Amino acid sequence: MKLGLVIDMDTCVGCQACVVACKQWNTSGTLGPLTDYTPYGESPGGVAFNRVRSYEVDVFPHSKTVNMPMSCMHCETAECVTVCPTGASYKREEDGIVLVDQDKCMGCNLCAWACPYGARELDEAEGTMKKCTLCVDRIYDELLPEADRQPACVLTCPTGARHFGDFDDPESGVSRLVRERGGQQSLPEMGYNPVNRYLPPRNRPHADQHRGSAPEGLAERLKGWLGLSVNR
Amino acid sequence: MLDTIRQLFSSTRTSTPHSHADRLPRFEDHETQEKRYTTCYMCACRCGIEVTVEHERIRFIQGNRNHPVNRGVLCAKGNAGIMKQLAPGKLRNPLMRKPGTERGAGEFVEIEWDEALELLATRLRAIRATDPKKLAFFTGRDQMQALTGLWAQQFGTINWAAHGGFCSVNMAAGGLYSVGQSFWEFGDPDWERTRYFILWGVAEDHASNPIKIGIDTLKRRGGKFVAINPVRTGYQAVADEWVAIRPGTDGMLALSLCHVLLSRDLVDWEYLGRYTNAPFLVLDDPGQSDDGMIARDDDGNPLVWDAASGAFANGMTPGVEAALFGAYTLPDGRGCRTVMTHIAAKYLDERYAPARAAEVCGVPAETIERLALEMAHVAFRETIEVECEWTDWAGRRHERFIGRPVSMHAMRGISAHSNGFQTCRALHLLQVFLGTIDVPGGHRAKPPFPRHTPPAIRPAKDTAPDTPLSAPPLGFPTAPEDLVVDDSGQPLRIDKAYSWEAPLANHGLMHMVITNAVNGDPYPIDTLILFMANMAWNSTMNTGSVQDMLRARDEQGEYKLPFLVVVDAFHSETVNFADLVLPDTTYLERHDAISVLDRPISEPDAVCDAIRAPVLQPDRNVRPWQEVLVDLAGRLRFPAFVDEDGEPRYSGYTDFIARWEKAPGIGFLAGWRGADGETPIRGAPNPDQWQRYIDNECFFRHELPAHMRFYRFANRDYLRWARDVGFNPVDDPIVMELYSEPLQRFRQAGLGLYDGPLPPEGVDRERLVAYFDPLPDYYQPLEERYVDPDTYPFHAVTQRPMHMYHSWDSQNSWLRQITAQNVLFMNRARAETLGIEDQGWVWVESRNGRIRAQVSLMEGCEPNTVWTWNAIGKQAGAWGLDPEAPEARRAFLVNHLISELLPPDGERRQLTNSDPVTGQAAWYDLRVRISPCSAEEAGSSYPEFPQIRPLPGQEPSPPQVRYASHEPVRMHRKILDILTRKAP
Repeated sequence: MKLGLVIDMDTCVGCQACVVACKQWNTSGTLGPLTDYTPYGESPGGVAFNRVRSYEVDVFPHSKTVNMPMSCMHCETAECVTVCPTGASYKREEDGIVLVDQDKCMGCNLCAWACPYGARELDEAEGTMKKCTLCVDRIYDELLPEADRQPACVLTCPTGARHFGDFDDPESGVSRLVRERGGQQSLPEMGYNPVNRYLPPRNRPHADQHRGSAPEGLAERLKGWLGLSVNR
Repeated sequence: MLDTIRQLFSSTRTSTPHSHADRLPRFEDHETQEKRYTTCYMCACRCGIEVTVEHERIRFIQGNRNHPVNRGVLCAKGNAGIMKQLAPGKLRNPLMRKPGTERGAGEFVEIEWDEALELLATRLRAIRATDPKKLAFFTGRDQMQALTGLWAQQFGTINWAAHGGFCSVNMAAGGLYSVGQSFWEFGDPDWERTRYFILWGVAEDHASNPIKIGIDTLKRRGGKFVAINPVRTGYQAVADEWVAIRPGTDGMLALSLCHVLLSRDLVDWEYLGRYTNAPFLVLDDPGQSDDGMIARDDDGNPLVWDAASGAFANGMTPGVEAALFGAYTLPDGRGCRTVMTHIAAKYLDERYAPARAAEVCGVPAETIERLALEMAHVAFRETIEVECEWTDWAGRRHERFIGRPVSMHAMRGISAHSNGFQTCRALHLLQVFLGTIDVPGGHRAKPPFPRHTPPAIRPAKDTAPDTPLSAPPLGFPTAPEDLVVDDSGQPLRIDKAYSWEAPLANHGLMHMVITNAVNGDPYPIDTLILFMANMAWNSTMNTGSVQDMLRARDEQGEYKLPFLVVVDAFHSETVNFADLVLPDTTYLERHDAISVLDRPISEPDAVCDAIRAPVLQPDRNVRPWQEVLVDLAGRLRFPAFVDEDGEPRYSGYTDFIARWEKAPGIGFLAGWRGADGETPIRGAPNPDQWQRYIDNECFFRHELPAHMRFYRFANRDYLRWARDVGFNPVDDPIVMELYSEPLQRFRQAGLGLYDGPLPPEGVDRERLVAYFDPLPDYYQPLEERYVDPDTYPFHAVTQRPMHMYHSWDSQNSWLRQITAQNVLFMNRARAETLGIEDQGWVWVESRNGRIRAQVSLMEGCEPNTVWTWNAIGKQAGAWGLDPEAPEARRAFLVNHLISELLPPDGERRQLTNSDPVTGQAAWYDLRVRISPCSAEEAGSSYPEFPQIRPLPGQEPSPPQVRYASHEPVRMHRKILDILTRKAP
């Protein structure tokens, strides 16, 4: 299996639901807690596995606002794993999920330097690196209802912009979306072969115009409309 | 030792060789976990949530997949509920201002509930026995107006309202006086069928998740999404077309679209003629009291010209062939013209031509023309039909519902201007031209809507000691007689709602209460109760002066506002000014009824309501406000709350909700009524009702049969049913009022021609004439007329980030990690012409004051507009935040720049800075100028406010939080795998 996410940039409105859902699930999850630093203080921050970045493309009045949620891409060539000096970082054979063994991680940050997606964060309280687990602690949990065996970010997304599935299965939902909508990798030139894909905005829908009759002013129009009646 | 070594080499602590899942540890101990359902209250959207709890701690809050509002999804706020429970800014005990200390000094003593309630009840008892209107009770982001309104009515005070006066009353009133419904709680786009969706003035909205679900649904089907907004954030990001309009000009754009449709004869005549008052005859009787009134027969029925018989006829006669155009002479010699003739004459005028509108709105004329023609194409050439037999109000059978799949949603950008009421009416006119109200693909009503235009409820006027009001405090005036004024025309309400200054103030004017009370205008009051409303900070205009007013004393040294009661769950800036603080629970700790009598959560296809049931027990000495209201109602012996012996009738809130009836069979909750719980919507009280809701995941959904889902304004079976269940008093068809006779009555009063009460002051007469056009109208927002556009060249508007919209939680630790400081956003090119750099600091000045703020430059902003996130800025020391928090030091409020009053103008009395029809606070009318500040000034916001003292016993907020509901169950990589560099 090759598990990962498809994120639809045609419908992502940047609402941050996925960011907070991720935080909520994972703070009590296998990599938790996700420490919050000075949560009520001067520079509130904390460990997060998923963050939404917003950009503007082009200039007024043609500018477009683009929201891009970023989390671990579960790369096929995961440089973060290669550079790990302790072997704490690994990519699972059976589903491709990239994980960090918290007991073996020494928090050296090399993996964060290697990752161009900003997916890895140091938990300063624990001294270990943490990152998206694709909710490995949800997706295989057979005691959850089947519909709930998805990453928290996917479950919660109000615009249905996030999809989870197996990219090895050509008939999976994610494979079909990538085929039909031209799903793209982020920074493919880096050569890490990220599994997650982004769906570009759909082509603008064509809207026909009904031109009606030639435009006329009040006097001409009234001539035509006098006598118009409707059965009530 | 051996076990430890084995463990090191095994991939998990509990490895078994069987299935894939079995190779993983058991991450969750489901046996200790329990799923509890309730309704979210992180904002006003009211989504269903499933809360997984273990050891009385929250494991996870997720959207309830079965719930009609959110269908399983949940926004950022809803996902942050854990941090609401953990917030250190929560109140812990009832508080009383420390005797001998100044109000606003923030010195409190803790008191017990019994003492607090007896103290309050004693005070209220005295007010009620003398002059009940000396109690003003205003509520903020509550969802219990049916209860608070009943409480105020039983107390006998007319001085009650919620926060709609500065939120969305223009939308509610604009809709209810036009089409019998409106946006959000009243009606929704038909997301499943619509093909063209126009969003007016909305970056995020009350219906947070439904709009997001809807936009996705629309886009999957390839429908077009047009966003009209000065700023390209939020939903605008995914719009197919962004129309960067100048703030406050949407009415002109909508009416110009109507102009294009009329000029090309692209109007749904059948729909207009049948379901609206377009064919009704309007009297032409200049200078007379009946001028502009609908011509009526002796029984009061509206007259039309019957083209078949060539005679006047009752317009409500089924099958009458009503002429849409023409001028006629009545037998008594008076002239009259059809409404449609007036409409055509008004909107075909060049005043509304796209070229003219382009100058006003900043939207190219070609764009206006094209948008109108695109809408027309979808409405008339992409018509859809839903095969379903239905019967109209006159008993005629129809084979199908004709649908015109153009839909709209509109909110704050329309409502928060002083022309918002008329703008909202303009949007409805456009919807009606296209035949899209309550049709497949259009804008569909949600039961109990549609209602008759307007609903037949008039606001209460008279108060008497120890006597409930004879009517609800809020209603819908249709004539000057309905105003809440005395014999000399002076306001009777403290907020001057329903006075000549704001005749259709259906939601009151909360933003005027403190100013008027402190000025004793129209009279001083004794006690103000504020629930969940931050009126000393971000929910008021003119924050600094409101704080001064709360401290103001009279010549005898007494506070001009003698007693302020604040009810809240959090230590807000307003709590700091309270004389008595009653601490509320969080939403996860209480019962609530989200009632059809109040602000329903129905869908177009179903009547829905919901409850909250406690998920957690409070760990503080706090009580749910609704519980306290029922308790006080018993202590004060309100007639509806005591039994025959004068003893409290209800044991508490849940008992009250289950047993109280508004009318026989009608109570707060519509589900599982009747003694056996088998009767939906209308039936006897059911003692087991709460449990039935809990068993059904805390919501009730009653689906309407297929033939009652569209054209409900004229759908006989729906109208009869709506009458039977008590939604509407009668089953008459609901005629949409393009031409508003109630508005014309007020205009006639302004002209001195009304045969009834007349406004005593000239300024009111002028305003009635200018703004009470019976047809939808565009006029320049009021503040702009007093302010020199060269001196104050920018419009300044605010919005809230999606992750904080309508929430009480910008102090929430997970949400403030996303936004803890607001900045002033400006168009990049425009800022550069002023020498303003990205991230630089500027002075922002208005006629009312100045603030200092940091700037962020962006492209997606109309060049004459600046904007910021509202309600991020906090007073140092409030909300459990560190006094050095960015919210207190670098964030800012624009509220300081906005006055609750229009500038003085000669001798005339000063007027509220509000919509002259509804009294809606016009906080989007603000004009400002911007200039760079000096290097020494940069780095912190201005004005600075003194730091609020900690509450008694308040612990410092924790420097770090590591929340988890259980110890983490880790996964391990085998050392052998590491050594051999093997993937597990």
